Amino acid sequence: MKAGPAAWAIAALGCLGAILAALSVGRYPIGLADLPSILSGTDDGPAAVVFWNVRLPRVLSAMLVGGALAGAGAAFQGMFRNPLASPDLLGVSAGAALGAVLGIFLGLPVAAIQGLAFAGGLAAVAAVAAVAASIRGQGDPILILVLAGIALGALIGAAISLLKILADPYNQLPAITFWLLGSLSGVTRGDLLAATAPACAGLAVLILLRWRLNLLTLGEDEARALGVNTGALRALAIAAATLATASVTALAGAVGWIGLVVPHAARLLGGPELGRLIPLSVVLGAAFMLGIDTVARNLGRTELPLGILTAVMGTPLFLWLLARAHRSDER
Amino acid sequence: MACLARRPLLAALAALAAPARAQPAGREVRDAAGRVTVLPARVTRVFPAGPPASILIWSLAPDLLAGWPGRGLRPAELAFMAPEAATLPTLGRLTGRDNTANMEAVLAQRPDLVLDYGSIAATYVSLADRVRAQTGLPVLLLDGTLRNIPQTYRLLGEILDRPQAADELARLAGTILASAEDSAASLRAKGRPSVLYVRGPRGTEAGLAGSITAEIMEFAGAENVARGDGGSSMAQISAEQALTWDPDWLIGIDPAFAAFAMQDPVWRLLRAVREGRFVIAPTLPYGWVDFPPSVNRLIGLVWLPSLFRQEKTEALVGPLTELYARLFHRRPEPAQIAELLRAALPTRQG
Repeated sequence: MKAGPAAWAIAALGCLGAILAALSVGRYPIGLADLPSILSGTDDGPAAVVFWNVRLPRVLSAMLVGGALAGAGAAFQGMFRNPLASPDLLGVSAGAALGAVLGIFLGLPVAAIQGLAFAGGLAAVAAVAAVAASIRGQGDPILILVLAGIALGALIGAAISLLKILADPYNQLPAITFWLLGSLSGVTRGDLLAATAPACAGLAVLILLRWRLNLLTLGEDEARALGVNTGALRALAIAAATLATASVTALAGAVGWIGLVVPHAARLLGGPELGRLIPLSVVLGAAFMLGIDTVARNLGRTELPLGILTAVMGTPLFLWLLARAHRSDER
Repeated sequence: MACLARRPLLAALAALAAPARAQPAGREVRDAAGRVTVLPARVTRVFPAGPPASILIWSLAPDLLAGWPGRGLRPAELAFMAPEAATLPTLGRLTGRDNTANMEAVLAQRPDLVLDYGSIAATYVSLADRVRAQTGLPVLLLDGTLRNIPQTYRLLGEILDRPQAADELARLAGTILASAEDSAASLRAKGRPSVLYVRGPRGTEAGLAGSITAEIMEFAGAENVARGDGGSSMAQISAEQALTWDPDWLIGIDPAFAAFAMQDPVWRLLRAVREGRFVIAPTLPYGWVDFPPSVNRLIGLVWLPSLFRQEKTEALVGPLTELYARLFHRRPEPAQIAELLRAALPTRQG
């Protein structure tokens, strides 16, 4: 079993390549050759201003978003023992979207919109957890949690639709649509700094818990038999994944697919063991998101929404992984 | 006596002109999509299908407007409108992707006709036909193209039986369009100024060249640097992209963007921002540039040529006051116009 080192080598190379490519291409003419003088501080002209205030924050933001979504997705898929789980399973994306849409509808400043998105994401998952806890007693706690997430997600979706109907169709509605598709085009250094602390804190908890989370993949009864307090462990992991997802969703908007597809790619490379899968997913997610965002800002003459590109590039990848996994099952 | 004597003659002429099957009470009109509709002899109440139609109707015949689509007017907007604007009810929107009007509520308004103003593409023609089939009301489509505003006013004057007021507005619109075109021609001769028109508090949404969103920029003789890839009207851009385009003029719409662009490390590198050719388009009572895309864009066509030629503020106050009075039926105070122009004109000359 040589999967480990090889997987890490592939992930690290992919990530490094994506960073170099992302830093050296863009609308403003800054190439690979300009990087040394900018990085060393000898160049402080417009190119350096663009580099430090637009390109680098954007590259780091894309990596943060991809890493957080993929890491949270890997934890969710393991924890819920379901390959279809994604970080928005319990309504964090829907809650964040509702917060942001409300902020746009009310015409609030950008920082308030981001704050509302972050709070909305946390509140939605807290509400789902509270509902699930109140109807616990009989039945599978995971199933109750997931069903509560689906139900509340539908309710939040209705609220978003209502706000879209009420919004001004010429000004607010396009802004809402752009937000719901995700973008990093307006991200500033301040936004990145604000999102980094909670996203990294959430990821750090998931990475520290990664060995213990393996026990949850055994199933409820087996884990309990091994002496694990499954409820507390799951609650902590959900809280950490939600913190990470909510903070990056507030930064980039609702970006789908990454949290679902990247953990599958990581599993294919490094196996299903969460101790390796979660960090590997973080690195691969960062590289994948960075690649997508680099395409988003360079392919067309204007920006392409991330949500569209992740689906367009993620779907074939997902189907290919699915076909591959199916073939190896038959063998 | 002479008047009485002429009546039968007129009636006879009308009978000759009208097709045999026409109802005696109605009159036929052909709308901008070529659809022939029979109208009641007297139109007293018009239901606007969307915000563009409501502004058009208000400007020509405020007494016939059934209400405001979408939402009522806010106090800041009412400050520029005749007082009756505050008394009109709020109506749903009838066409387009966000159809919020209840058909029964439309009928409860007892309109004589429904009027849509904007695109006359096949989608809107079929929507108009559906509304007509469902409600039995005449539904008319008017062409929202900027250049056709005079014709649209004349057609609407015929529909609403207000030919004289319509002719005055048509002539005013024609003058504004013609002088904007003259100005555009002289700008083109000197080399067109390039312009970037952005929305949002961080300027991340750009109105694209060739779209209705930024149509008046090009009409007024500027070159829109934001070129899209498809038929969309807006797209997201980054500050890096804006700096690469580095247009002569930067026009925003969100007052928060003015402060943001002045202090953001990248936006403030733009020539337009550094050299003071950075303005915020006013939005009261309606946007000067695009939304809703109705006759309010005539205001933008008075403003932009003067802006691009970098004329003095005083040159604008008179024409704007006159245009506001004609479109919204309330003569604005000089202080109101000055307040609108404060952010809409360059802060300093570069």
